[in-house]
Amino acid sequence: MDQITLRVARYRPDDEETEPVLVDYDVPLRPDWAVLDGLNYIKDELDGTLSYRWSCRMGICGSCGMMVDGEPKLTCATFLVDLAPGPVRIEPLANFPVIRDLIVDLTDFMHKLSSVKPWLIRQDEQPVEDGEYLQTPAQLDEFKQFSMCINCMLCYAACPVYGLDGSFVGPAAIALAHRYDLDSRDEGDRQRLTILAQPDGVWDCTFVGECSTACPKGVDPAGAIQQAKLAAAQEAMKSLLLPWRSR
Amino acid sequence: MSLSHDVVIVGAGGAGLRAAIAVAEAEPRLSVALVSKVYPMRSHTVSAEGGAAGAISADDSLEEHAYDTISGGDWLCDQDAVENFVAEAPRELLRLEHWGCPWSREPDGHVAVRAFGGMKKKRTWFAADKTGFHLLHTLFQTSLKYSNITRYDEWYVSRLLVDDGRVCGVVALELMSGLIETITGRSVVIATGGGGRVFPFTTNAAIKTGDGMALAYRAGAPLKDMEFVQYHPTGLPFTGILITEAARAEGGWLLNKDGYRYLQDYDLGKPEPGPVLRSMELGPRDRLSQAFVHEMAKGRTINSPYGPVVHLDLRHLGERTIDAKLPMVRELCRDYERIDPVHELVPVRPVVHYMMGGIHTDRNGVTPLAGLFAAGETACVSINGANRLGSNSLPECLVFGARAGRAAALYAVEAPPPALAVEAQGDDERRRLDEDLLRRSDGPDRISSIRTEMQAILEDAAGIYRDGDSLTKATDKLRELKERAATAAVDDASRRFNTERVAGLELAGMLELAECILHSALRREESRGAHQRTDFPERDDKRFLAHSLAYRESGGSPRVSHLPVTITRWPPGKRVYGR
Ligand SMILES: Cc1cc2nc3c(=O)[nH]c(=O)nc-3n(C[C@H](O)[C@H](O)[C@H](O)COP(=O)(O)OP(=O)(O)OC[C@H]3O[C@@H](n4cnc5c(N)ncnc54)[C@H](O)[C@@H]3O)c2cc1C
Ligand code: SF4
Ligand code: FES
Repeated sequence: MDQITLRVARYRPDDEETEPVLVDYDVPLRPDWAVLDGLNYIKDELDGTLSYRWSCRMGICGSCGMMVDGEPKLTCATFLVDLAPGPVRIEPLANFPVIRDLIVDLTDFMHKLSSVKPWLIRQDEQPVEDGEYLQTPAQLDEFKQFSMCINCMLCYAACPVYGLDGSFVGPAAIALAHRYDLDSRDEGDRQRLTILAQPDGVWDCTFVGECSTACPKGVDPAGAIQQAKLAAAQEAMKSLLLPWRSR
Repeated sequence: MSLSHDVVIVGAGGAGLRAAIAVAEAEPRLSVALVSKVYPMRSHTVSAEGGAAGAISADDSLEEHAYDTISGGDWLCDQDAVENFVAEAPRELLRLEHWGCPWSREPDGHVAVRAFGGMKKKRTWFAADKTGFHLLHTLFQTSLKYSNITRYDEWYVSRLLVDDGRVCGVVALELMSGLIETITGRSVVIATGGGGRVFPFTTNAAIKTGDGMALAYRAGAPLKDMEFVQYHPTGLPFTGILITEAARAEGGWLLNKDGYRYLQDYDLGKPEPGPVLRSMELGPRDRLSQAFVHEMAKGRTINSPYGPVVHLDLRHLGERTIDAKLPMVRELCRDYERIDPVHELVPVRPVVHYMMGGIHTDRNGVTPLAGLFAAGETACVSINGANRLGSNSLPECLVFGARAGRAAALYAVEAPPPALAVEAQGDDERRRLDEDLLRRSDGPDRISSIRTEMQAILEDAAGIYRDGDSLTKATDKLRELKERAATAAVDDASRRFNTERVAGLELAGMLELAECILHSALRREESRGAHQRTDFPERDDKRFLAHSLAYRESGGSPRVSHLPVTITRWPPGKRVYGR
């Protein structure tokens, strides 16, 4: 059977490995195998110590992002035949601290997500007994794209600004804030715009657009950032012209 | 170090998150630990596609939702629980709407509902075909509002702390550091999801290893109705990726190798061009998966590299409908099968999808163990009986997640704090996980090979059709496998993010569940819903209008007893579809 070489980054600080090393493994090259199937083959048949995250293997849980030949990819949705003849280089997502092998640290990313208040904010909560908040299909379409983010962090691995300055709140968190701002049921725009207008917010972005290219779900975080900049600028103008609004 | 909270919730999928919010809202003074082996948004709820049922249309009623659920479950559902379920489901779905869930809408702005298998009325709420994804992210994002919820992300719970018959916390392994800690609480809620990974070919994600069922079972709680395993009729070959029932609800057809809508031969109604509720392709899952086996026996399926398949035909729906209503189906077919359902037939075969059984609870998620509660797929309330209807389990997670959360909060308010003595159990567990599991690089078997053998045994003996002989043989093989598992090699001796150690723990739990499935199936000498015995082909209400309860004996094998089903308003009848 055809084989392909996976050149996998190994990093085991417990074993006093101070630098990642690349290790070659030969795996079967089957027509329907994703990169993740290759990694599972290594773990099950060749070397049980290889560590990586995965779960749904259907492109929706967001756990399996890695650098594949230098680009951020979901390994469950990237196919070996498309990378043949190899070798295929597999490394942990760029721009994140590595815990071990292909596993990166999400702690900071999780803080960023929650920092933008990603929940529905209302002045008055309507009782559930009164039924749903009405929302037309057109109003839903306004924010739907930005609600499709699976938190896979490929956009952070692709973002040169985040690569230089880890304090930048980053593409997915801004897209998430924008998703709620655009939701006709939500009234929290001003709170979120205040957060996004701070240093490390939207203005850090130099509009490179790499995030939207990397995104496997068509979220277009770059578009969200541009729109959020506009909204933040307008909000700033309003509070200059109409200072009583900011009370 | 010992970590201490009032309520400890294990699992942060749909059920666990809903339970955590319920505690936070019911008793804001209580501190909640939300422990999950993966980050909450990776939980398997994220994969659910089709929708969530709750009767809201003017032409619908709670009675009809209850009847569809009970007949769909072949009268093994507890009807008092079903009545609570159908009454509270619409409210829970509305609450989720208020939290921002992007439900698909009618032109006038009201929430839209779609048809689903085994449901006589349109009552399934949906967010395109990414319902579980939106539901999970909405719950997770909403949970971030509550400062009394402390998350333990990527902590693996390996044991319950039990003091004098009362559950008062857990022992958990922090994956990043490899540290093993006790997390004590006045009450514990298990919401760890299903265990489809016991089988070889499944829609279930890698994390669905039934851990919580094994935790409760080892601590002394019985597992209920474990023999009922749902096969979904339409999985993609090789990956087992699910093609949602919504594809058939929107009008998709199932065709055999002659292009014939074969379901008409199995008492499921007459083929009409458009979808007809409770008929043909919209019959219940157990009946559709069984029909596939018969087609295969007649030589009318299509051979593929991954075994026999039939075809799902969506072409007549047209690109516009497919993109509007089934975008994920198109995406999955394109990415994983390199097929465009707008122009091509989709190969599908039955695939293990859902466990009707689980930890025995009442309507409030209360288990027979003091201080222990359970909800979601890991629990068996039971509203799913012998066959779950599609789109009932997401609302089940919400309704019973909330109920279990409230009950656990109430219990925590009244219960005394956990005894200090339980700390010793943490030390025991530390010894077991560190010394037994990290010093076993020379074992004769691999974890993966034992897992593969277990899966083959289950598929052979406890698949869509079963019989006493094969089940008996399988129980013997499994006992032997369990012994070998205890010495299987663990190559990885490091503490930091040791995924092999976790795989070993998951495997040990799965072997326990597998035993419960086989023993419960062997004892049920009848055919009902998803449990079909070729040696006992009829339903037997005289002997088996009852739940199976599997208890762990001191030697480690299960002992099965039976508990009568609760019937309120719907006496057992015949399941009729397509007429
Ligand atoms: C592909 C697919 C599609 C589906 N579509 C639908 C649908 O359209 N409609 C519908 O109603 N139902 C559907 N279902 C069923 C439904 O999605 C599940 O039953 C439901 O989501 C289960 O939710 P849960 O909260 O019980 O568990 P899960 O979402 O599986 O969450 C389990 C949680 O427990 C945690 N956990 C597990 N073990 C441990 C441990 N040892 N220590 C710590 N944490 C642990 C996990 O990390 C996770 O957070 C579908 C199922 C599948 C497989
Ligand atoms: S915006 Fe796209 S790339 Fe970034 S985390 Fe979300 S889904 Fe992933
Ligand atoms: S494994 Fe879930 S996105 Fe790849």
